[in-house]
Amino acid sequence: MKITKQEVLHVANLARLDVDKVLIDKFAGQIGTILEYVDTLESVDTLGVTPTSHAIFLTNAFREDIEKQSFDCDSALSNAPEKEDGNFIVPKVINS
Amino acid sequence: MNLHELTIKKAHTLLKEKEISSRELTRAVLDRIDAVEEKVGAYISVAGETAMAQAKAADKAISKGNMLPLTGIPMAIKDLMCTKGLRTTCASRILENFVPPYDATVVKKLKTQGAVIVGKANMDEFAMGSSNEHSAIKLTHNPWDLTRIPGGSSGGSAAAVAADMCIGSLGSDTGGSIRQPASHCGVVGMKPTYGRVSRFGLVAFASSLDQIGPLTKDVTDCAMVMNVISGYDSADSTSVPEDVPNYTSFLEDDLRGMVIGIPKQYSSAKGLDPDVSEAVKNAVEKIQGLGAGCVEVSLPHTEHAVAAYYVIAPSEASSNLARYDGVKYGYRDKNKKSLMEMYKSTRSRGFGPEVQRRIILGTYSLSAGYYDAYYGKASQVRTLIIEDFKKAFESCDVILSPVAPTPAFKIGEMVDDPLTMYLSDIFTLSANLAGIPGISVPCGFSSKGLPIGLQIMAKHFDEGKLIKVAYNFEQSTDFHRKKPDL
Repeated sequence: MKITKQEVLHVANLARLDVDKVLIDKFAGQIGTILEYVDTLESVDTLGVTPTSHAIFLTNAFREDIEKQSFDCDSALSNAPEKEDGNFIVPKVINS
Repeated sequence: MNLHELTIKKAHTLLKEKEISSRELTRAVLDRIDAVEEKVGAYISVAGETAMAQAKAADKAISKGNMLPLTGIPMAIKDLMCTKGLRTTCASRILENFVPPYDATVVKKLKTQGAVIVGKANMDEFAMGSSNEHSAIKLTHNPWDLTRIPGGSSGGSAAAVAADMCIGSLGSDTGGSIRQPASHCGVVGMKPTYGRVSRFGLVAFASSLDQIGPLTKDVTDCAMVMNVISGYDSADSTSVPEDVPNYTSFLEDDLRGMVIGIPKQYSSAKGLDPDVSEAVKNAVEKIQGLGAGCVEVSLPHTEHAVAAYYVIAPSEASSNLARYDGVKYGYRDKNKKSLMEMYKSTRSRGFGPEVQRRIILGTYSLSAGYYDAYYGKASQVRTLIIEDFKKAFESCDVILSPVAPTPAFKIGEMVDDPLTMYLSDIFTLSANLAGIPGISVPCGFSSKGLPIGLQIMAKHFDEGKLIKVAYNFEQSTDFHRKKPDL
């Protein structure tokens, strides 16, 4: 097995996913198969090759810092799952 | 005359000559959607009322002589480009009720032209897939054979064009998501150079690979839409401040002096269907017959493109999709008491299996201890793929290849075998990794009557050459005139 069920659970937790018990076995198998295929990259000689993260040559894009109209509060909150008095409501973060 | 069957160019001419109104045209398209949507399933949302209002406004503009190339033209938008006030779901439960408070730059550009937005097209959830089977909302069927997939992830956009349920559409392409469904549905689809079209307001999948482009009934329409959507946008820091040529100026009959390159590795690609191979071979001969020269080129690292892509794209996706946390927009599981439980439950219920699979794969590739072996290695192989193309384009103007190794497959055939599905992207992925433009143009039909596309690729910002070669080929064939029987 290229990746164990425990590893899938660990990575899922890092990604804040609560993967369905039924799906774990399936995922471990499928992701294992994909990773085995990805391992074929080992056969490519990449010694000294610069990695590419972006295919177009662009350096930092700067612009003037000009004040512009942005969303008003109502628009910004228009899709909020829960809101109150112009704020997003989230479950309690600090347990007393 | 069936108005919904018109191309953008013909509709534009008729609107201009006041032979038809945008209201008549839009009504015809909406009626067509009513008639065949149940069979095809191309749309997640149809915006009939606002479309008719936009058509009315377009007619008014035309009567005042304020007409632009897309004024009054009914267009479909893949449901991952934000449309102000119109639900944008990304075919995901997590965004099922998301109504954007702003327009994507491309949508704004269409609206500025006076185009009519008829609806939002189905797709694979978060654009992750090659068949539209990963849509959490509905299934799209290939108009040429309803038991088959339309391709993906812009399957709804391609099917809508093929079935005349819009006059033209926009899709997005991260690993072939415009070109492959265009090929499977027998329409024209172009992935422009990375940075040519603004991604502002496009829901991100893999930010270094994603690019918006047109799906149209012919190459002329492709050039017309490219003229509208291309160009620098200060809201997208990766859009390139490069002059945009008039793409319709490349619609000319002359291929003399043009050199096409044929990658020697592609003819022996594993799993290449004999009908596809034959259709592409005939297309190459036809293009040579039109006056183009032909050389063999070598793209030795192509065989590693799938492996590199399926590390890089999921890695970027795992980072991009971290924003869906149930706090500011989208679905939230309100039954959970702690923040952590809320995050996890929201994401697990909101994302479908393929999205979760790719998030896990990407998170794994980026995690401590695996980064160098996976993401690092794949990024180096990406450099080698880019160098292959650079070298190949020293001896040719464009590269020709199949789009997909087979015609459209049956619905359900590969849904539980992600790797086999991924491998079908072999011919399209490298263009995204290298950031170069590519187009799919109809080049034949399989023995079962399924459309086959020819892919043409060029150097960065050489879309004009793609349009020129595709146009000349199209004008010497009649594949693009064939319609599915629905």
